[in-house]
Amino acid sequence: MLNALADPMLPAPFRVLKVNRETGDTFTLTLAPAAGEPGFRFAPGQFNMLYVFGVGEIPISISGDPDQPETLVHTVRAVGAVSRAICGLKRGETLGVRGPFGVPWPVTKAPGWDVLVIAGGLGLAPVRPAVYHLLARRPQFGNLELIYGARTPEDLVFRQELMHWRGRFDFRVHVTVDTAKGDWRGNVGVVPNLISRARFDSEHTMALICGPGVMMRFTVQELLNRGVKMENIYVSLERNMKCGLGLCGHCQLGPVFVCKDGPVFSYDRVRDWFLLREV
Amino acid sequence: METLEPILAAHPFLQGLDSRHLKIIAECAAKVNFNAGEFLLREQEEAARFYLINSGQVSVEIFRARGGPITIATLVEGEALGWLWFEKPYHWHFDARAVHLTRVLALDVKALMQRCEQDHELGYALMKRYAHLLAVQFRVTILQLVDFYGK
Repeated sequence: MLNALADPMLPAPFRVLKVNRETGDTFTLTLAPAAGEPGFRFAPGQFNMLYVFGVGEIPISISGDPDQPETLVHTVRAVGAVSRAICGLKRGETLGVRGPFGVPWPVTKAPGWDVLVIAGGLGLAPVRPAVYHLLARRPQFGNLELIYGARTPEDLVFRQELMHWRGRFDFRVHVTVDTAKGDWRGNVGVVPNLISRARFDSEHTMALICGPGVMMRFTVQELLNRGVKMENIYVSLERNMKCGLGLCGHCQLGPVFVCKDGPVFSYDRVRDWFLLREV
Repeated sequence: METLEPILAAHPFLQGLDSRHLKIIAECAAKVNFNAGEFLLREQEEAARFYLINSGQVSVEIFRARGGPITIATLVEGEALGWLWFEKPYHWHFDARAVHLTRVLALDVKALMQRCEQDHELGYALMKRYAHLLAVQFRVTILQLVDFYGK
């Protein structure tokens, strides 16, 4: 089983088993170790450095099920040279993987708590492993809710899975979009506004948030207004990560390195830096 | 005869209002149902009623000559529809349509405004709630304009 690699700077070759188109520019790749190792163990919220040979390397969160380590799943939006190259990979082709890196979502501390999972845009990918983990152990938690927003209905990722989750009787799923044409029968509005519709005991609620910075900022504010404690609000930060090991300093945010000390942080730990401009 | 005061008192918009004021508002209120696709209000129509949603879902829409309606907000149980009924010229600026069967309390705007003029305490209590509603709506609109998910 591949885990922390012997040399964390050396990519291991992985073969593409499957490519699913999520939206116009977002793809989910299912990978397996090319050398035939049995799988890849990781914790929800961790990321890998994905290397397209001859193009470059970028950090991408793992979006698969941590209880199914036989395959490695990443969801990537084609926005730059490397991500476009990753999205252009075909079944059978190979890419390099270094990882897993980073501090995961604190799901092991969640038993006995209400858990709110809040995601915007492609931010659903890094929290999806946490959702898998929570649902696989559903009786251990109190109220469990997902709030997910995207720009339009066409930008929603993991649509089939969202519908499947919605069909469960023990998991409330709120989906919203910023704007929609007439045939959309779901909610229109912004993610922070949906927090008022969620049911939770603020004293015993853990919130896991991943999405664009502005969304996270206003979402955190709403949660604080509802009485959720800062130390129980977790955010996943995105920074320009290069080495993944806290050596190069590219992802430094004040006193922390996002790749090594994060990407998941409790809000009270990063609050001062989170709100600081031009950092 | 059924009184609407308990239903009004349970609605988040009117929560905390004293019984005297609830009684006055109840005199201006009626229970109304809208089937899926029915309009609660339409752009340019007179703003005659203000709605407190008890169940169901309402889409607030702007109609585009090319491309049809575009939904800009969705309102559900516990929310209020008709943000600007107290502003001249008392016309709606958008459409609102029931997504599925929706039950509301419809408040007669003219009657309610008269009562507020007669009882400024009631007027102030309602205006405070409106100020909050508008502040929330203003914030939501700004966040939608920001385009969180811009690439």
